[in-house]
Parts: sequence; structure tokens; C-alpha cells
Amino acid sequence: MTHATLERGINALREQIDAPVAAFFNSCVNCGICAEACLFYTESGNPVYTPIHKLEPMRRLWEQEYTLVGRIRKMLGLSKAITDEELREWEELVYDGCSLCGRCSMVCPVGNDITYMLRKMREGMAASGNAPEGLIGATTRAVKLGSPMGVKVVALQAQAKHVKNDTGLEIPFDKEGADYMVLLSSMEIINYPEYLAAIARILDQAGKSWTVSTEAFEATNAGIQIGVSDIARELVSRVVAAAEKLKVKTIVSPECGHAYTAIRWEGPNLIGRPFAFKVRHIVEVLDELRKEGLLKTEGLEEDHLTFHDPCQLVRRGGVVDQPRNLLKMVSQNFSEMEDCGQMNWCCGAGGGVSANERADELRSKAFLRKKSQLDKLNVDTIVTACANCRIQLEEGLEEHEMEIPVVGLTEMIADHLVVKEQSEGGT
Amino acid sequence: MTSAEFLMFARGPMIQVAGFVFALGLLVRLVEILMLGRSENLAEKRGSGFQGGLRTIISRFFPADQNTFKRSAVTVVAGYVFHVGLFFIIFFLTPHIALFKHLVGFSWPALSTPIIDFLTVLALIAMVVLLWRRLTHPLLKFLSTGEDFIAWTVTFLPLLTGYMSYHHLLLPYNWLLGFHIASVALFLVVFPFTKLMHTFTFFLARWYIGSMAGEKGVRQ
Repeated sequence: MTHATLERGINALREQIDAPVAAFFNSCVNCGICAEACLFYTESGNPVYTPIHKLEPMRRLWEQEYTLVGRIRKMLGLSKAITDEELREWEELVYDGCSLCGRCSMVCPVGNDITYMLRKMREGMAASGNAPEGLIGATTRAVKLGSPMGVKVVALQAQAKHVKNDTGLEIPFDKEGADYMVLLSSMEIINYPEYLAAIARILDQAGKSWTVSTEAFEATNAGIQIGVSDIARELVSRVVAAAEKLKVKTIVSPECGHAYTAIRWEGPNLIGRPFAFKVRHIVEVLDELRKEGLLKTEGLEEDHLTFHDPCQLVRRGGVVDQPRNLLKMVSQNFSEMEDCGQMNWCCGAGGGVSANERADELRSKAFLRKKSQLDKLNVDTIVTACANCRIQLEEGLEEHEMEIPVVGLTEMIADHLVVKEQSEGGT
Repeated sequence: MTSAEFLMFARGPMIQVAGFVFALGLLVRLVEILMLGRSENLAEKRGSGFQGGLRTIISRFFPADQNTFKRSAVTVVAGYVFHVGLFFIIFFLTPHIALFKHLVGFSWPALSTPIIDFLTVLALIAMVVLLWRRLTHPLLKFLSTGEDFIAWTVTFLPLLTGYMSYHHLLLPYNWLLGFHIASVALFLVVFPFTKLMHTFTFFLARWYIGSMAGEKGVRQ
């Protein structure tokens, strides 16, 4: 991110323009339907948050340089060049006012993948030096320390010790040939250490071998959030190197939506070759274990539950049924929220929004959408499968004095595991 | 110029030049898009991109989400009425089919003229509603550009002049038909250089988004 200039930004944008982008910009008729699907517009009522409008500088660049008419207009001096001031103005729309949640892409009548373009737009923003301070900080920490929140491996090892004390289970660090290499998000290490304990108990019961790499345990990818592919590639490469060194079969992405998108879908494209191992979200792994009969639970939650779908799982990842299959095992009083599944409303904090303090006010406004979904339900507990959604939900609920606990799905499943008899022996 | 001369000119050189500009412009625009290409997806696929692409081309004809539909009902309903109307008017009015037969060598059954007449009235009303929304709704007012109004005007004129010709309103028939053909020529010339291009590119857009989603196993 050194020497960011307008020229570098425009070059970065040029590199992003491909046939889908051209087809999308060609097809937009300014109908405004994308705005009605975007919580930053619906909750603020401000038309500047219209998803396609957030791409206006990129659209102009496409028009001026990749269309015949645009080139002629540019030659005749009839078009307005992109300026630094303009990009500075757009920074707030592109980072604070978008969580890359993908709802707009689902409803566009002509089929424009606006989210796909917004991810690309951020490449130009970052290269031109128009990215938020908070995200720059997170990205710098991710590169230098291996974690956007500055969590070091000693902190993880300390958590592993707690798990050992609580459950008697050793966290297997750097174990070669394991079935699963488990990644974590810093948020989980710091705020939700229950996740690590839950994984340990579930995989122990299932008799699967697993490991955590001390060289690459962080799953999230700040390079993607901020839009710097070189950094995103570096962060993915670390995970790939660790997985190849330990010769694991599957990488398990944690309860985090964007981390899944980063490693599962963008990862191989960033490093330019297919992975030799599989990548699965923890919810997918749990559902596979369930299917194989390796996930044995007992007892049902007495609380009235609902599930908050993380945007990256449903809309950008195709993981919709798995969490519901799992919840069926442990619940008896479950209600879906309005618009659940593929069209579920985003928590408002994904895609780097939560790392960007400047966006705090807008982020808490965006939460009002989730609040209105929850108000209709009257549940006792919310279950989700993303630590970032979880912290946003907890903060939002706190702000509105709604006393509804938020629980991670993996943790809830672990709470219902059939206790193994000692005589069977451990693995 | 007499009305007969004007009509001859409109249905002769004018529409021929317009048709040529339209065809050439369309080709340039499509090549412009496709030439950009796209990189191969190296991630392990969960589903078929091909099936996803085809499915989305069809599925986007229907609103994906009830809630968004409710919030944008006027745009969606008026948009549908006008697009469906326009489609039947262009391709199923008897004189239009005769023209297409002349161009492509074969024909198909027409819809009865009163039905087309009714669809034209609906389409005209829907278009006026959409224009009114663009001019008054805060969101659409904010988003709309000059190009949106140009596209609206050149689409509205052929519909209006066609309707007037059929009903012999205001002017002698030759003039009306001449204006109708001239307005179509204007539409054809403007088409490749504006967002009217979405008529063709929406297939591409849906194909791309659908195939990307299909490979991820996201159903659209």
C-alpha cells in the first residue's frame, strides 16, 4: 500500500475490468431495485448507498476506455476523468456502506453481479490510497503479525492450555498427515474461545485427526476486504504452504463467512493454481460427520431458537441446508426469520465494515434491519455460524437492550455431544 | 416534400441506413464485451457453471425475493407490462410480421389487432408511469441520467406513432406512418450507443452471474 497514487488506482481498476464487468455495466438501466435489497440504503434512506452507484467511477472508466463511443467522447473532451477527490468521496460508499453481502446481486433483474464488481472496485480504491484507516491497520497487522487483530501464536497456545484444562483434550499443533487443518479467526481466539474447545470435542468424538498450524492459523483475509490482491495472495499462500507442509487432506474454515469466501473461492484464483487439498466450512464438515453417523448428540435445546445465515455462506458460498440439518439434531423449538436462507439480511458488519471504526454509526444503523427481523420472532437464543456476525449481533442487541444470547452453531452442537465412555478409549 | 415522398424516404434510405448502423453498432458492442474475456475459475467446483448460467437466464425473469419485490412493485410491474407489451407488439402485429418475412424469408402467426392495440395502450401507460417515477421518486431521481431519458424517448415515440397511425389520429395516414418508421430509425440508430443495449447484454450478464453462482453451488 506504499506510494498509492491516482494513477496506480486507475491501473488497478483497468486490470479488474473483464467481460462480466462490461456485460454488467452495459445492462444496467438504473431501475433502482438493487437499492431496495441493500440494508445500507433501506436503513438510511439515502440513495447514495444504491449498490450500482457505489461503482460509478469504475463504470465511467469502463465507458471511457473500453467502449468505442466512450473513447470517441473522451477524445473530444466530452467526458469527465476520474479524480482523486471523486475517489475520496466514494471511499465511504465502497467501504463503510457495503459489506459485500451479495443481496443486490440476487435481485438485479438483468443479472448484474454488483458484489463481484464492488470487490474489484476496492482494488482501485486501495491502490489510489482511498481505503479506510481501520482496514489499513488490520491489513498491516495481518501481514506483519499474521492476524488482523494482532493475535499472536502465544495467545492461541494460551487458549489451547485452557481447552486442555477444561476438556482434557490436547490441541494438536503442527501434526503431519491430519485429516483436518483447522483455521481460526482472531475474533474466535479472543472473544469466543469456546469454538476451539467445541472443535476439539467434536473431532475427538468423531475419531478424526486434526491439527492447527502455528505458522498459519488465521483464516480471515484482510487483503480481500481492503482490495489488495498482492496481500490477499500472500495471506492465502501462508495457509497453502502450511497445509502442504503438514500434508493435510482438508482445510477447515472457521465460523466466519468472509474467511470462507477468501480461502474456498478466491484462494486458488489468487495463487493461480488449484489446491491439492479440500476447503470446507466447519458447518459443512459437521454436516458431513452427521451424514457419516460420526456426530452423536443427545438432548434438545429448550430455548426458542432462530438461525442467522451469514451472507457469505448462503449467497456467495451455497451453504444453506447444512446448518439447518445440524440444528434439527439439537432443537425442538426453532423458527426461521423472515427472508431466511439465501435472502437473509446481512448483519451489517461484514466485508471489512467491522474493522473500520469510521463506519460505526452506519453499521449500527444497518443493524436495525436485523432488529426488525428479530422483533417479529420473539426468540430466546440466536444461533449463527460466523464470529463477525456474532459480535455485530451482540453489540446491536446490547445497544437496543434486547437480552437475546447469540451462540455459535459448532459450540451448540458440542454442548449436546454424547459423552464418550472411558472404556472405549480416546483417539 | 409531400407525405408520399416522406414515406418513401423513411421506408427507403432512412430505415436502411438506420438498420445498418444498428447491426454494425450491435456487433461492435458485443465484440467489445467478449474481447475482454475472463479468467478461469480454479477453485474446486461444487456445481455446474453451465447449468447455473442457463438457469439464471430463465430464473431472473421472476423476482427472487418477495420483500424486494414489494419495495419496488411499481417498477417491476410497470416494467413487465411495458417489456412484454413491446415484445408482442414488435413481433406479433400483422404488418410487422410482413416486414420480418421480407427480411428473413419466413413468417409466423400474428396476434389479432385488437389485442395488440390493447397491449399498446398498456405499454404506453406503463411507460408514462415509469417516466413519472423517474421524475418524482427520490431514489430514481437521484440515479437517473440524461441517457435514461433519451432511451425512454426513442422507445416511446415508435409506440406512440404506431398507435396514432393505426387509429389515424391528428395527421394524414402517410405522414403518421412516415413518422412511425422515422421514429423506429431513430430508435435503431440510438440503440447500440445507449443502455438500450441491455436488450441483448442481459443474456450475457445473467449467464455470467449464473455460471459463477453455479460453480459455487449457489442456486439463483
